[in-house]
Parts: sequence; structure tokens; C-alpha cells
Amino acid sequence: MSTAAGLPLIRLRGVTKVYGSGQARLTALAGVDLDVVAGEFVAIMGPSGSGKSTAMNILGCLDTPSSGQYLFQGAHVETLSRDQRARLRRRYLGFVFQGFNLLARTSAQENVELPLLYRGETAARRHAAAARALRSVGLGGWEDHTPAELSGGQQQRVAIARAIVTEPAVVLADEPTGNLDTQRSREIMVLLRGLNLDHGITVLMVTHEPDMAAYARRLVRFVDGRIESDAANPHPVVSDEATAPAATAGAT
Amino acid sequence: MLLNTLFLALRSIRRNLLRSFLTILGIVIGVSAVITMVTLGHGATQAVQMQISSLGTNLLMVRPGQRQGPGGGGGGVGIPSFKEADADAIEAQIGGVAAVAPEGRASVTVVGNGRNWATSVTGSSNAWFATGNWKLASGRTFTDDEQSAGAAVCIVGETVRREIYGATRGLGEQLRIKQFSCEVIGVLASKGQAAMGNDQDDTVVVPLHTLQRRVTGNQKVNTLLVSMEDGSDSTRLKASLRQLLRERRKLAEGDDDNFNVLDTQQLAETLSGTTQVMTTLLGAVAAVSLLVGGIGIMNIMLVSVTERTREIGLRLAIGALEREVLLQFLIEAVTLAALGGLVGIVIATVASFVFADVMGVPYLFDPTINLLSFVFSAAIGVLFGYFPARRAARLDPIEALRHE
Repeated sequence: MSTAAGLPLIRLRGVTKVYGSGQARLTALAGVDLDVVAGEFVAIMGPSGSGKSTAMNILGCLDTPSSGQYLFQGAHVETLSRDQRARLRRRYLGFVFQGFNLLARTSAQENVELPLLYRGETAARRHAAAARALRSVGLGGWEDHTPAELSGGQQQRVAIARAIVTEPAVVLADEPTGNLDTQRSREIMVLLRGLNLDHGITVLMVTHEPDMAAYARRLVRFVDGRIESDAANPHPVVSDEATAPAATAGAT
Repeated sequence: MLLNTLFLALRSIRRNLLRSFLTILGIVIGVSAVITMVTLGHGATQAVQMQISSLGTNLLMVRPGQRQGPGGGGGGVGIPSFKEADADAIEAQIGGVAAVAPEGRASVTVVGNGRNWATSVTGSSNAWFATGNWKLASGRTFTDDEQSAGAAVCIVGETVRREIYGATRGLGEQLRIKQFSCEVIGVLASKGQAAMGNDQDDTVVVPLHTLQRRVTGNQKVNTLLVSMEDGSDSTRLKASLRQLLRERRKLAEGDDDNFNVLDTQQLAETLSGTTQVMTTLLGAVAAVSLLVGGIGIMNIMLVSVTERTREIGLRLAIGALEREVLLQFLIEAVTLAALGGLVGIVIATVASFVFADVMGVPYLFDPTINLLSFVFSAAIGVLFGYFPARRAARLDPIEALRHE
């Protein structure tokens, strides 16, 4: 489960993140150590302000730590320039956001093709890959619909298709079900779990909903900028039919 | 990568049709207003110059009295008018003169063909046609006998012919001027409006003696028209003309001139100077509309800045480089501005053409103003389209994504 160098896919060592200075100084992360090996499905949980989103942004190479080390496939991300991090993101990472962040007035097909454009793929390959990705999230036949013509769940599935169209090593999902009802949320979780199980994509997901975290195989809990607990999920949800009634009961 | 980015930019323009349209609209209005105004202004300048040259180039108009303004210079009380002999003397004694025509004028109502028409009657010699660049549309000029005898013949201007005789040519018809009838022996070719707006074709020409004997009843000559030979020195000619007239009018050494010499060349320069000032003024007014268009663009861009900032954040997050995003927005801005500029130029060309036709001024394509307003519109588009995007692209992607 380790890379050739014997390192995990992702390694954080003593990572801190401090915003502002003086009286307005805010410590979002106060020394985080975390290893994630390829193929894991990790749910990052914690109350708001616990630093889980900050950690996610650093893991996604969108932000840099104030101190500490971040090794991605053995490379020191904290030393990379803005452009180098962008190249790393486009090559290895896929993002799913709470607010979907699809381009307005743009078809599902074009939204999904967008990351491939920045990788310089040809039109024919973009088209084929995007159509494939949309089919794999169950939106075959919806290619020409714009976000306004899609439901929230469908929009998030387009966003997932956009995240996986580049065949990334890691998909980072920041509250992917935060704007969806329970039923749509479950559909999204089933999709993410499928990516992890069937395609071997490492999934890192921030959520505050235990029901959704239950789909992950490892649970990391943040409190006050530190990891409070980090353990394997003893009973990951494997079958929707078996758990749906219980989960619904738990949610209400 | 450049081609890809171009493609992205064009796609983005197509996606945001309303925003693109409003952006373009601002530029279109500004550019077309500036170009139309300036083009018409230049056309008007040209028209004025053409009308002055239709008065006769190298023409000196000598009138009694002091000059009272361009084209003015009326008689004044107690100032002697010219005599026919003055014209002969000028022609005989001054070198470089092509033709001299004594001209008398009176306002009359002419009657013919059962209609009447208020016009002016011009009494002069055949030299009048040469000095005024007149051509005959039909008929003939005066014979020597008719001139010396003051015969009852006349040559009518196009306006008079149209008002009296309508569709017919009018040649050989009788025209009554005051108490006498004369035969129409010729029709002048039309020259159109003069620079001062009066209709040059609205006149009837008779021999000078005819006018003096049958209309005014005196020997007065209102104006001496002197056309110079090509290449003759107008300053020297004017000086000797002045000297001759001073002698003939018996002015003492210290006396002021009691006549004035108007040079059409000078008149042309004065008037075209005026129209050029008007053109500049119109251009300045139109430039304000270009500026207003620019402010419109700025508003559109600011209104959409939240959406655009988020879009930029997303593009950065999924791996676009800062410079790729910037290039895309730069291309987008330049494309919109250039498109607006081109559409503006097309509209301005059509509008100038139509208005020039309506106003009766020539259409003159001016590459400088077209280029200038095009470049200006492109600059506005880049300024307001690109710089907000640059600010967004320098944010952290996550910050841009969360932009409210």
C-alpha cells in the first residue's frame, strides 16, 4: 500500500496553519501528523472551526502550511511554487465542493471537459473521456443539460464526473453532501465509495454528518486544530439496502 | 496552449451572451458616434471648400465700401459705386487678369408662363460666365450687339427655369422682368447652394446695359468680378488693383479705401477653418459617448465580478495556471472590444454614408479616426475586462471560490 520509496501517498508532519498576526492571530492547525496510503477512503470530521477544512485545503494543495512538511508521493509540497502546485493538482487531484461550483450556462459535457482542457487533451479525447465520466456517475444522456436544468444531486454528480475525468490519484471532497437531502446524499456517497472500491481512487472527504462518514473506511476527527482521534471505521456501510432504514432512523 | 486558451475565451463569450452583448454595445455606441461625427464633419468641410471653389477659383470680388465681414461689404451711404469703365480699365491695365466682369444686381419679381417668382436679376457681360465658373446647360451667351444695345434677352438660372417653366426647357420663352419682357436665350447649368446657404441658381442674367436702362435706371455697377490667371501672384495683383481703383476713385494719399477686395481663396480658408473647429467640437462630444460606453462596460464587469471570481477560483483549483486564466480573460476582453470596435466601424460607415447623403455632403473615409477609436475601444475593453480578472487570479483559489 506504500509508494515505491516506502512512503505513503500523503504524509503530513507537524503541519500548522496560522492566519493573521498579533491580536488577530488565529491558529487553524496546531501541528498535524497524518499518513494516507493509496486506496484509502478517509472521512475527516469535526466541529466547525476545528481545522478540518483548512487541513483539506492543504491536502488539496490549494493552500500551503505555515510550518511543517507535506509530502505528496514523496514530493515536498510546501516548497512548491503556485504554478507547480497547480500542475500537481491538474495531474493527481480531483475536487468536489459543497457548492458544486459548476460553470453556469455551460453544458454538463463542457463542465466535465474543463480539467482536460488545461491538460491540453485533444477535442476527441476530451469528448470521449467526459462522456465516459458522465456515464459512470449515471448521467449518460444528460450531456447537453446546463446546471440550471439539473437537480442538486445531478449537479454534484456532474462535479464528481469532473473530478474523476482526469483519472486522478486522489479525490478530495469538501462537504460533498452539505447542500443535498438525505436521499441524494446517499447516492453521492455510493458514488464516492464506488470510485474508491472499483477504481482504486483514494478519497478524502470532509463532512460533519456521521451518516455520510459511515461510508468511509477510516475516520479522522479534528478538534481545535489537532487530530483528536484517527481510527478505522469498524462497520463501513457496504450495502444501501441493509443500512438505509437504520440510517434514516438515525438521521431523524 | 494559446489555441486552447483562445478556444476557452471564445466559448466563455458565447456562454455569457447577454454580458458579452452589453459589453460590446457600449463600445459600438461610442465608436460609431465618434466616427460618424468626425466623418460628417470632414464631409461638411469638404463641401464648403467645394462650394467656394464653385464660386470661381482665383476670384477677386471688388465692392464699394469697407469690408463688413466675410461675404458682406455692402454699399454704405455716400460711397460711389463702380462704373462699367472701371472693369475695362482693370482688364486693360493690370497684368495677370483672366477676365473682368462688372456686375449689377437688383431684386425683382419675374413673371412668365403664368407664374411669378421673386428672384434677383444680374446684369453683366459675357465675362461673368468665366469669372463665376458658369456653364450653360442649353442655349447661348449674349452677342456683342445685345450687350452694347441692352437687348431684351436673358439667361435664366436653373431654379428660375424650374419655378417658371417646370418640366420644359424654357428656351425661346418670354420672361417679364419688371415692365419689360425678354426672350430666354440660355439656361445656366446648376451649381447648387453657395457656402453662405443662398441658392446661386436663383437668378436671371441680362446684359449690363439692359439692367441699367430697364431695371435700375442708373449706371451703377455693384461688384467687379476679377478672375486671375492661373499662377499669377494674387498679392501683387491685388496691390496694383487697389492702386488703380484708388486713382480712378480719386482718393487722396491719406484717405481710406472706399472699396474692398474679397479674395475667394481667403474666404475658403476662413470658412474651412470654421468647419474644422466644428468637426473637432463634434468629435469631442462623441468622445464623451465613447467614455460613457466605457463606463457601461465597467459596470457590467463589476456586476459579474462575483461570478467571474468564483469561476476563476474553480479554474485555478482544477489545475489552471494563473497565466492561463489571465490569458483567457485577456483574450476575452480584447475579442469583445475588437468585435465592438469593428461593429462600431461598420455601423459608423453605413450611418455616415446615409447622413452624408441626406445632408448633401461628400462621404470621406478617414482611416485615422477609425483606427483611433478602434484602439481606444480595445484599450477600454482590456482595462475593464482584464484588470478585475487579474485581481481574482492572484487570490488563493480557495478564497476566490468562496467569494461572495
